[in-house]
Amino acid sequence: MLDLFMLQGSSFAGSIDSLVWLVTFIVGTWFVLVEGIFFWLLFRYRKQDGVKAEYFDDGREHAIKHVWIEWPHRAILALDVIIIYGAISVWMEVKMYVPVTDETIRITAQQWAWTFQHAGKDNKIGTADDIILIDEMHVEVGKKYLFELASKDVLHSFSVPVWRLKQDAIPGRVITGWFEPTLAGEYDVQCAEICGIGHGIMPAKLYVEYPEKHAAWLENPAPMLASSNPQ
Amino acid sequence: MAESPSHAHDGHAHAGHGAHDGHGGHHEESWFVHYFWSTDHKMIAKQYLVTGMLMGVIGAYFAYVFRMQLAFPGKPVPGYGLVTGADYNALVTNHGAIMIFWVAMPVLIAAFGNYLIPLMIGCDDMVFPRINRLSYQIFAISAVLVVASFFVQGGAFGGAWTAYPPLSAKAEYSLTPAGSSLWLIAVALEFVAFLLGGINFVTTAMNSRAPGMKAFDIPIAVWMIVIASILFMASVGPLIAGALMLLFDQMIGTGFFDPDRGGDPILWQHLFWFFGHPEVYVVLLPAMGFVAEIITTFSRKKMFAYKTVLATTFATGLLSFFVWAHHQFIAGIDPRMANVFSVTTVLISVPIAEMCFVYIATLYGGSITFSVPMLWALAFIAEFLLGGVTGIYLGSSGADIYFHDTYFVVAHFHYTFFPIAIIGSFAGMTYWYPKMFGTFMNEAWNKLHFWVTIIGFNGIFLPLFITGASGDHRRIFDYTNFPELDTPELQSLRVLATVSLLVMLVIQPVFLINFFYSMFRGKKAGANPWKANTLEWQAASPPPHGNFPTLPEVYRGPYEFSVPGRDEDYWPQNSPN
Repeated sequence: MLDLFMLQGSSFAGSIDSLVWLVTFIVGTWFVLVEGIFFWLLFRYRKQDGVKAEYFDDGREHAIKHVWIEWPHRAILALDVIIIYGAISVWMEVKMYVPVTDETIRITAQQWAWTFQHAGKDNKIGTADDIILIDEMHVEVGKKYLFELASKDVLHSFSVPVWRLKQDAIPGRVITGWFEPTLAGEYDVQCAEICGIGHGIMPAKLYVEYPEKHAAWLENPAPMLASSNPQ
Repeated sequence: MAESPSHAHDGHAHAGHGAHDGHGGHHEESWFVHYFWSTDHKMIAKQYLVTGMLMGVIGAYFAYVFRMQLAFPGKPVPGYGLVTGADYNALVTNHGAIMIFWVAMPVLIAAFGNYLIPLMIGCDDMVFPRINRLSYQIFAISAVLVVASFFVQGGAFGGAWTAYPPLSAKAEYSLTPAGSSLWLIAVALEFVAFLLGGINFVTTAMNSRAPGMKAFDIPIAVWMIVIASILFMASVGPLIAGALMLLFDQMIGTGFFDPDRGGDPILWQHLFWFFGHPEVYVVLLPAMGFVAEIITTFSRKKMFAYKTVLATTFATGLLSFFVWAHHQFIAGIDPRMANVFSVTTVLISVPIAEMCFVYIATLYGGSITFSVPMLWALAFIAEFLLGGVTGIYLGSSGADIYFHDTYFVVAHFHYTFFPIAIIGSFAGMTYWYPKMFGTFMNEAWNKLHFWVTIIGFNGIFLPLFITGASGDHRRIFDYTNFPELDTPELQSLRVLATVSLLVMLVIQPVFLINFFYSMFRGKKAGANPWKANTLEWQAASPPPHGNFPTLPEVYRGPYEFSVPGRDEDYWPQNSPN
């Protein structure tokens, strides 16, 4: 469903999109069915001359409760279980079980900028060759990354729609998570949690690169924003 | 207003209906006392109603300004000027807060609760009329404060209506030192006002019912307002405590929510949403109550499965206390917790869906008249369904990773809140208008207003589902900073939403003029113009101070329509035979 509106750029984007399809199919069917019945009833039981409304005594009401309440109740319960199963499976994949990752990247949010600390050529975070860039993040297609997300001041939220990834950043904590980009290109990072008057001007640029290009960038990691020319 | 100041107080002699010390005797009230110092539940209801409508105009103006900015970024907005990032944040923050705390709650709960409860249960006033008056006065002060926060140094608070710290806690982050505190004090006072109101509603409904009115003879509207009041009173405590803690953080430098000093910003989110989610049902339930009264009356049908409605309402109310963290899936809570809250959240669809089915089933076998109140009530059901089903996407934790804080959320909750606060209020206002003012509103103008409002509403929020699914995040005042979002397709959807809003706003004066003009020039309505059964229709229109000439006795349930063997297709609750 979401793939109609947004590229699928990470290993788990497809799972989230499938879940959205599942929910759309289930609730969409119910929605159309219920609205259909609703409008049909409005038409069928519109006031007509000489026709009086029916009166349901307790016995009659009890008899038709099966159709109107009890069976729909069971059906919704059963479908809820399917949706919950789907939701939790996807949640576990994205948020709970971090796979073995290839590289770590530190992301720090502040009013109103992102700092990305890349591991650099030695592939180790916290060493002298780390590459620290403002509002610019470089990753390689097909590599699994662990991110360590922190905030210096207020709440922010690291959101990359093309990856279907979002995580709030909280001052005083380091929150970890993971992603595996699958699609090369230049994408937006948005701040998704209101963070003050500059919230609307807190974008960052995400460069997802093929290995050769990424290696070239590691050799010469100058900020690209000034010279960047999409495509 | 058109309420006659006559004093038919015969009913006051009736024993057992509480000590109404607030009611003066048979003396003439001064103009000031009558309109501003009254303890009459009907006048207090009208005070709440008019204040709520006024605040609604302010909230709508804010929406106009920020939607113009979104559609035409950087261009001066007619009637406002250039919208800065700070302005934008203040406008969206206060649009949300005002529409929920100063429109939905005063109109749905306070105005209709005050007006309807004594009339529908057949007594002469609230049990605590002076507390009732105090409740409105505190509310009025809170409304003044929240509006005043726009005129203090630094401007109004702009940290979203959820007021997450540390942004809301420290002036160095929010840049609104006075605005933040004023806003918080206003919200806290508003809560106090509704606590006082809630005490009155629950006590009155429990103690002052007409003789013969058993639990299952109580109209659903009354049940709903009472349950909503209980939900509110049970959930608001933690938030009032939280609001005080936040105020201390702001003003005297405590560190409840400051991580550098051992505090925790996430604690606020728990306190806020522990209240915030039941709050959704606090405003939903009264609207559902109005819709129940209206659809039974205009389909001439007994409410289908009355007890099921109550059971589902209790179930929803109870469950609503266990879903709050679905607002926090990606907020940094333990990811295992999301699983629990995803389960409870998706399960709340069961009682809510059942409630909708009961309402729809009530139409089955009916004889439906499409009067204006009925159109609003039916629109409530049709539109709320979309709000309900889109909630499932957000309750599913895996999908919420993407949808959280996007316009999909905005569209979803407006498909719930707009039916509740706006459609529900219009349903109630058009249905009880003849009772409140003794006259009819103009039906043709009301129908025009209905259709333009409904079409405008859908035109605003359907496009926002799409922009949300396309990755538009909320509260961003200028999308031109984001290449993925600054596309002509998305921008045309934003323009469509804004134009629809303009269409919807343009028609609202038609209602307002109709509303006030009809008080004086409208066709006279009798006591029971809709031929309904509940007790308020047995009082005069408008009911005098004291409501009933003699307090009614109740012989049957509220929805005995079209009973076989009777000439009339309705059977008032107080009619002995």
